[in-house]
Amino acid sequence: MMTLDVIAPVVEESKDFVNGLDTLWVLLGAMLVFWMQPGFALVEAGLTQKKNTANILMKNFVDFMCGTVLYWILGFSIMYGAGNAFFGWEGFFFIGEDSNVPAECTFIFQTVFCATTATIVSGAMAERTKFSMYIVISVIISMFVYPFEGHWSWGGGWLSELGFHDFAGSTVVHLCGGALALAGAIVLGPRIDKYDKNGKSRAIPGHNLALCALGVFCLWVGWFGFNPCSTVAATGYDNAVSMSHVFVTTNMAAATGGIAALVYTWVVDGKPSLSMVCNGVLAGLVGITAGCDCVGIGASAIIGLVVSIVMCFSVSFIDKVLKIDDPVGAVSVHGVGGLLGTILTGVFCDSSIDGVEADLGVQALGAVAVAGFAFVVGMIIFNIIKHTHGLRCDKRIELEGLDIYEHGEAAYNE
Amino acid sequence: MKKIEAIIRKTKFEEVKEALLNSNIDWFEYYPVHGIGQSRQERVYRGVQYSTDVIERMKIAIVCREMFVESTINAIMSVARTGEVGDGRIFLSEVMDVWSIRTGENGDTVLRDKK
Repeated sequence: MMTLDVIAPVVEESKDFVNGLDTLWVLLGAMLVFWMQPGFALVEAGLTQKKNTANILMKNFVDFMCGTVLYWILGFSIMYGAGNAFFGWEGFFFIGEDSNVPAECTFIFQTVFCATTATIVSGAMAERTKFSMYIVISVIISMFVYPFEGHWSWGGGWLSELGFHDFAGSTVVHLCGGALALAGAIVLGPRIDKYDKNGKSRAIPGHNLALCALGVFCLWVGWFGFNPCSTVAATGYDNAVSMSHVFVTTNMAAATGGIAALVYTWVVDGKPSLSMVCNGVLAGLVGITAGCDCVGIGASAIIGLVVSIVMCFSVSFIDKVLKIDDPVGAVSVHGVGGLLGTILTGVFCDSSIDGVEADLGVQALGAVAVAGFAFVVGMIIFNIIKHTHGLRCDKRIELEGLDIYEHGEAAYNE
Repeated sequence: MKKIEAIIRKTKFEEVKEALLNSNIDWFEYYPVHGIGQSRQERVYRGVQYSTDVIERMKIAIVCREMFVESTINAIMSVARTGEVGDGRIFLSEVMDVWSIRTGENGDTVLRDKK
């Protein structure tokens, strides 16, 4: 039986070192990272067909709602609880200690991060997944997959022991989400009519690029919490400098990422593509997240450019060569972007900026380890669901739209 | 009495409307239509090329007396033409009779075109 003592937060009293300004900064960050949820919801809704809009919006709600509850019950303790090099196992129903911010401040900041990981997956699995099974997937990611690998880098696990540097989550959040998304898209298979009978890729245009563009702007704003507030401190000269530097590098990579996608599509496809510029901005942001505190401004511009160009190439490669159907490009943006950004942090890290050292080999090892773990676990989970309850909705539901059959209400009505 | 039906470019609708207001007819209907023809529009979405065979046009329909047929057709033709493929077509057909719902009278005097 659960008693109130167990579920009430057990917080060590430590009024002496809790800092009001730091707390305000981190809570502001939590708000901004939460703002990425509507961002993801709009991007995914805009890049898919209108018959599935209510479904994809609902999935974004589910991610945050389930993430909040499950991260409280189990996730936080696996990620940050005392344990071994691979996972924590202490303090269920959230038991934390105050640091420079109250324990609950840390907890809410980590909760919004957790929900972001789950949300990445919904885009790649859009338009053809059974809603009930999506809830199961979202629960497993928030409760187990994300906290488990998160412990390696951020909870005192083996990667942090090696000196792996992922400041705000290129690997921990985005690459993990991207690898899970890849596994999901592979196991599900492409949408009906995505490939013709010769296997040639067909375009299924998103129904509203205005929603998509608005979502990317939301995400861009949200990233000003995701990265700068990951300093988790705002007091004193050093933190002020660090926060400001992270703001600049974050914004720079987003801008150069967008520019790179604009030029790439203009040259390769003949016209500058809005939907790819949206992805390019996001790829730049994902890429700079690992090293935003320890690379120079020039390096951040290069990271944005490189990650975005590789992302553009990856979108076509995954679609036309691998023939994996990822409607919103989540695998390329978050998976490829996160992988490359983490590795490039090892290339461009300048210890004179923030006193951080990142070794290229360790960066590559960490990124590959997390990607491999998330992908393998994802393949196992998705295949188990596929061969038991079934992962994919019926053909008729897919053709006529998940909104009507899965939810009984459509996003757009006469 | 004749019925003139014209399929025109959407971009030419405003000009055709002005031209018809300045001619003798009192009323016309218009509706956006989708057609499928031989011409294709190449598009690119996220690096994948595809062609749309659905073509959007505006259709207008006018019923007028014999004496205004030629001037109406000329009015449409003069402004709707760009010279490019896809300017559209004009169809002419016979209309047997017409009634005014308000007065109950019938015959081509119901059409309140200018004389």
